[in-house]
Amino acid sequence: MLGARGYPTALEWIARRAEAFVIPLAALIVGMALFSLFIALVGKSPAQLYETMWRGGFGSWFSIQNSLSRAAPLLLAALCVALPARLGLVVIGGEGAIVLGGVAAAATGVATSGTPAFFVVLAMGVAGMAAGGIWIGAVGALRHYRAVNETISSLLMAYIAIALMNHLVEGPLRDPASLNKPSTEPLAQAYRIGNIAGMDVHWGLVVGVIACILSWLLIEKTRWGFAARIAGGNVRAAQVQGLAVGPLIVGFTALAGGFAGLAGMLEVAAVQGSANASLAAGYGYTGILVAFLARHNPLAIIPVAFLLGGIDASGGLIQRRMDLPDATVLVLQGMLFVVILFSETFYGRFKAFNPDLWQRPDLLKGIA
Amino acid sequence: MDSTEIGLWGVPLAMLGGAIRVSTPFIFVSLGEAITERSGRINLGLEGTLVFGAMTAYAVAVMTGSPWLGLLAAAAAGLCFGLFHGWICKFRGVNDIAIGIALMLFGSGLAFFFGKPFIQPSAPDLPAIPFGGWSDVPQVQAALNVNVLFLIGAALAVFLWWAFRNTRAGLILRVVGDSSDAARAMGLNPNTVRLIATGIGGALAGIGGAYLSLYYPGSWTEGISSGQGLMAVALVIFARWNPLGCFAAALLFGGAGALGPALQSVGVTQGYYLFYAAPYILTLVIMIATSSPSRSLAGAPGELSITK
Repeated sequence: MLGARGYPTALEWIARRAEAFVIPLAALIVGMALFSLFIALVGKSPAQLYETMWRGGFGSWFSIQNSLSRAAPLLLAALCVALPARLGLVVIGGEGAIVLGGVAAAATGVATSGTPAFFVVLAMGVAGMAAGGIWIGAVGALRHYRAVNETISSLLMAYIAIALMNHLVEGPLRDPASLNKPSTEPLAQAYRIGNIAGMDVHWGLVVGVIACILSWLLIEKTRWGFAARIAGGNVRAAQVQGLAVGPLIVGFTALAGGFAGLAGMLEVAAVQGSANASLAAGYGYTGILVAFLARHNPLAIIPVAFLLGGIDASGGLIQRRMDLPDATVLVLQGMLFVVILFSETFYGRFKAFNPDLWQRPDLLKGIA
Repeated sequence: MDSTEIGLWGVPLAMLGGAIRVSTPFIFVSLGEAITERSGRINLGLEGTLVFGAMTAYAVAVMTGSPWLGLLAAAAAGLCFGLFHGWICKFRGVNDIAIGIALMLFGSGLAFFFGKPFIQPSAPDLPAIPFGGWSDVPQVQAALNVNVLFLIGAALAVFLWWAFRNTRAGLILRVVGDSSDAARAMGLNPNTVRLIATGIGGALAGIGGAYLSLYYPGSWTEGISSGQGLMAVALVIFARWNPLGCFAAALLFGGAGALGPALQSVGVTQGYYLFYAAPYILTLVIMIATSSPSRSLAGAPGELSITK
């Protein structure tokens, strides 16, 4: 079948997908190469570094499970960036929603203890999602109804959320038995979320993967997702079409924040057992990178989160084996991020990926 | 001696002193960002530049024994970050806000990477001038011990306010910021002007960082900047891109930041962490109060992406 432009639609589809796959992959490789250069400049062996990274992140069943555990919150944190991105919003304060979701879940877990485990876990999940959803939903509402820049407001609100958590955990919600590390009361073992059968990875991974699939369905297969993509392209056009842009923005940002809040709930229910300062572990910030690397596609988030979870997981081994600071992974992430963003400029420039250019090479002159 | 001797008067006094001490990084970052934003581009990466500047200044001051060399090194490092941001943003399809976030992470990562060995040693401080010498109340003396960088920042604010209006460079900056097309019609290259403006903005943010590690709080730790660089970006919007407004707003933020410690010094410890959040809440409230969905902000450069 031929498309409107006179070449097979299937071929066009393949070309677009290939572009969306090859450019980020090439950017990843260039980023890694630049990082090799950096490591060589500080006098260490890049080969040894990547070998250690492979061993620590993906080399054995043990390290793969470790990477998967770290991927679980990253999946949800990345959705917190990817969903608003569909509406053209750059929300980077997911960390705040994670932290508050964790605190709300911990408080709910303690308050409902004594009831059946199923109910407690459900209540914690709802509380976590609600807290995160309100937090990021407010960012969306401020953006639409008051024109407050969402990037800055979300990051400011992340700082406020962390201060709020510190206040609650040190004050009203503090368990007097927690001495050096102020925490909320620990959850009873019966209410903790356990591991997937046969693995050392908690069920949060499954929750995260399901959330990604549902988000993909929402964006690609429902009319809300379609409306969001129109509003993301051009708000004015969406309003002319009669779309309720305000509720759409608030709804999408609230859902995004809800996923981040769920990540906080999982950290409490499956990993920490209580809410404390460890909730602000930086997953919100790594999630930004995951979302951008996946080009805000919820399905692509799944492999990318695993990749970055692995890089995160190998940090400890790199530190011990190679005597490098623990910030090494941060430098790598920063470098990858810059290169990935830079690679945006190459979309549509390569003849191989652009059916228009297959027949009209003269078009290249204008842009390349 | 503690501040309870002068009773509750210690609170406003400590806030005044705190405003002078805490505001300096805000002054430099916001003046730098004002220059960048006037050219029509926003650099959110100044948070990372601030942290990297703090580390560079501290490291160089430890190694050379001179805080001024540290300051210079921080400015040079900030210049590099700014120029990089300015260069990369000229490419088609590259989003200046996203690049800023990336450089924020990258700058902090690099600072933590190279800063590890400098957490222990102590560096020489930048000098301060004791304007409070006339008083025998130690709180007054402490509050009026003003660092030279604060004075330089104040002078710079006045100079920029004058230069934006009255110099050729100021005019070029404003034209480029308001309309790329008009600038091209005048034979100016918007990318070059923005590159220079972002570079200068980065250098000033680096100086702000140097103040953090070399004067107040006066040591290098990984938590040295808790969003000051970012708040300064919001502050520029609040100040309507006016350098004198930036200076006043920086003092206000410094005072808000000093609220928690000031109350703690007179024995109010309830809700310490909530007072700690005061500058962020203040920033957010100001942004909400000054933004409007129906009109663009008065004084906003026409090419600026966040107010369009």
